[in-house]
Amino acid sequence: MLSRVGDRIYWMSRYMERAENMARILGVTSHVILCSTPETQEQNLLAPLTITGSTRAYFERHKTISLPALIDFLGLDPENPSSIYTCVKDARDNAHAVRWQVTSEMWETLNTTWLEMPSFARELVNGPDATRFFDWVKERSHLFRGVTYGTIMRGEAFNFSRLGTFIERADATARILDVKYHILLPRVEDVGGALDYYQWAALLKSVSSFETYRTIYRDQILPINVAELLILDRRMPRSLAACLEQIDQALSRVEGQNDHTARRLSAELQARLVHGDIEEIFRGGLHEYLTDFLDDIGELGQRIQRAYLGSSL
Amino acid sequence: MYDEMHQPNGQARAHYEALAQWLDSMSPAVLEEKRREADLLFHRVGITFAVYGDAEGTERLIPFDTIPRIIPDSEWQILSRGLKQRVTALNRFLHDIYHGQAILHAGVIPAEHVLTHEAYQVAMIGVDVPNQVYCHIAGIDIVRDGSGEYYVLEDNLRTPSGVSYMLENRRMMMRLFPELFERYNVCPVEHYPQLLLEALRACSPRGVRDPLVVVLTPGQYNSAYFEHAFLAQQMGVELVEAVDLFVKDGHIYMHTTGGHQRVDVIYRRIDDAFLDPLAFREDSTLGVPGLLACYRAGNVAIANAIGTGVADDKSTYPYVPEMIRFYLGEEPILHNVPTWQLRKPEDLRYVLDHLPELVVKEVQGSGGYGMLIGPAATRAQIDAFRSRIEANPTNYIAQPTLALSTCPTFVERGIAPRHLDLRPFVLCGRDVKLVPGGLTRVALNQGSLVVNSSQGGGTKDTWVIT
Repeated sequence: MLSRVGDRIYWMSRYMERAENMARILGVTSHVILCSTPETQEQNLLAPLTITGSTRAYFERHKTISLPALIDFLGLDPENPSSIYTCVKDARDNAHAVRWQVTSEMWETLNTTWLEMPSFARELVNGPDATRFFDWVKERSHLFRGVTYGTIMRGEAFNFSRLGTFIERADATARILDVKYHILLPRVEDVGGALDYYQWAALLKSVSSFETYRTIYRDQILPINVAELLILDRRMPRSLAACLEQIDQALSRVEGQNDHTARRLSAELQARLVHGDIEEIFRGGLHEYLTDFLDDIGELGQRIQRAYLGSSL
Repeated sequence: MYDEMHQPNGQARAHYEALAQWLDSMSPAVLEEKRREADLLFHRVGITFAVYGDAEGTERLIPFDTIPRIIPDSEWQILSRGLKQRVTALNRFLHDIYHGQAILHAGVIPAEHVLTHEAYQVAMIGVDVPNQVYCHIAGIDIVRDGSGEYYVLEDNLRTPSGVSYMLENRRMMMRLFPELFERYNVCPVEHYPQLLLEALRACSPRGVRDPLVVVLTPGQYNSAYFEHAFLAQQMGVELVEAVDLFVKDGHIYMHTTGGHQRVDVIYRRIDDAFLDPLAFREDSTLGVPGLLACYRAGNVAIANAIGTGVADDKSTYPYVPEMIRFYLGEEPILHNVPTWQLRKPEDLRYVLDHLPELVVKEVQGSGGYGMLIGPAATRAQIDAFRSRIEANPTNYIAQPTLALSTCPTFVERGIAPRHLDLRPFVLCGRDVKLVPGGLTRVALNQGSLVVNSSQGGGTKDTWVIT
């Protein structure tokens, strides 16, 4: 497969996954705001900006922070390069460039998503309408991933699509966990203590893990369990361990004699997660752990780009 | 005026009878519904083209008309023979002007016309191309006049486009109206990509069993990008852009996720001027630096060859019948439209005296741009064009305004006759082949003779029936 084509497919999948994660984060934020105290309200509103690294960009355009302005900025602002709107557009544009190397169902799914986008008018998407918008984004992303999985030949296009999806997801899960943990649990001594049930439930829901948590732990929501679930439990499809497992599989299927630095790093990261221990992670500091992980996943993305996709640059 | 479907007395011609009956039996509501369905399908699949200079968005549909254009096999046989003859002669001409130049020495075509022509590529002199084929894919525009006779209006030998619409239109008709294909024995066109791939493989410079063929596109913002991608996919070959290719040791390679792969044949959909910034326009970002050197060394094939433009120019067109006689010793089967060459003083005088009744075209123009249709033009337009001609007569040719044949077509209010042309695609590999049919373009505006999609033209499925 052409490197440029691999690159487009990789980013097509990354952007769609990014749109979905953004919808998840905003959906949960809208919900959390309803039940947060005035003290935590601002923190909760700022969290999505911190997670996506767009705090400064937001305040260049807005003086104050409010839920409608936040949703507009991260959801529908065409000028914001990390808004859902822009992600969907980028996913579709990438698909457009390689529409003949992916299945027609994949292309049509993304093209239809893009064509339906204008039905969510900026002035209308607030309150209950915003929820409808977030649900729609998630559904389109689920559909795209399902269509991809169900229609595309198991070859390089599939491999690079999977790589894009899971690199992006690993990155998002780590960021969500890092930022939310910081808000919910500023002091290390609180680990293990009972916490604001709703806030933790919301965090779990943002990564579709609430029900899973219940099934596994049958307990009140404990931070250490939440971290273990989202970092180490490979049964949880949005956990770091599950993402790395998929990344490692996809990389091992990529053909050719390119350099192996990406493959080595992914194997290393996966091994660390497989043999990881949550208490040890906490002893070293969760924030430090996640910061390292984000650096590693960023480096892995760059190595993939260099080894397979970057020759056209 | 010659109507494809109806005789002057209003009766349907024999080969259109079954279609006319079927059309009568369909309710307008159902037909309207089918039209909408076709639009929706074309849109969803994204069969669109970009219009340059169109402010309101870059992607538009080419209107598809659901009433097919039918050609009886007896007529097609003549067309097919005439087209093969013409393209064979054009290939001989191209080989000749880059080698011995016999036709120039014989004085059949003025040497200065060819050798000073803008599209004549000095870099191609003495270069041998596989099978001596320059033009692997030709799109020849055919029209019919008032008597129903077929004429060649134009040869397209550079990067002719439109074949994807021929294929998609057929697929759409079979999907919308399967019952019609029970009433008619329509010759298939679906194997075109296979024939194209064969023709491209035939020009591989390397004697390998499975030469690596690629389609080279300027990229997704080109107006014909859809077609480039479509053909690559249908042939099962890579669609590459310049950034995907590079030169190493005199060969062309492409970057892939698994390393470098050597390329044997490039089906390019980029004009000569942009192919290689080291050899042609140095500001080109669409080309591959060093490509020409590899090509001249015989290490890669390019289809169509570099330098074919000199043969399809409107100022060369009047000489094609002579080429056929010169190279093949045959009489042309298909005729040219009578043409005045304004570089000749007597022709210029005649044309300037008769502008309101003639069609005048720029010799380099394409896409329906830069032309005057006398009968449809205003006084002011004619005067403006007159001064452009007088400033540079060599740049123009003129032809009588042909009463192009018409075919019933869906318009805003029901069905009405509209003018059309036909572009069959001729493929030259080891031998010359074409699929029965081509792209029928139709001028949707009443009275309009311009069928180009950039100027409000639509398309029809084209049936050769046996």
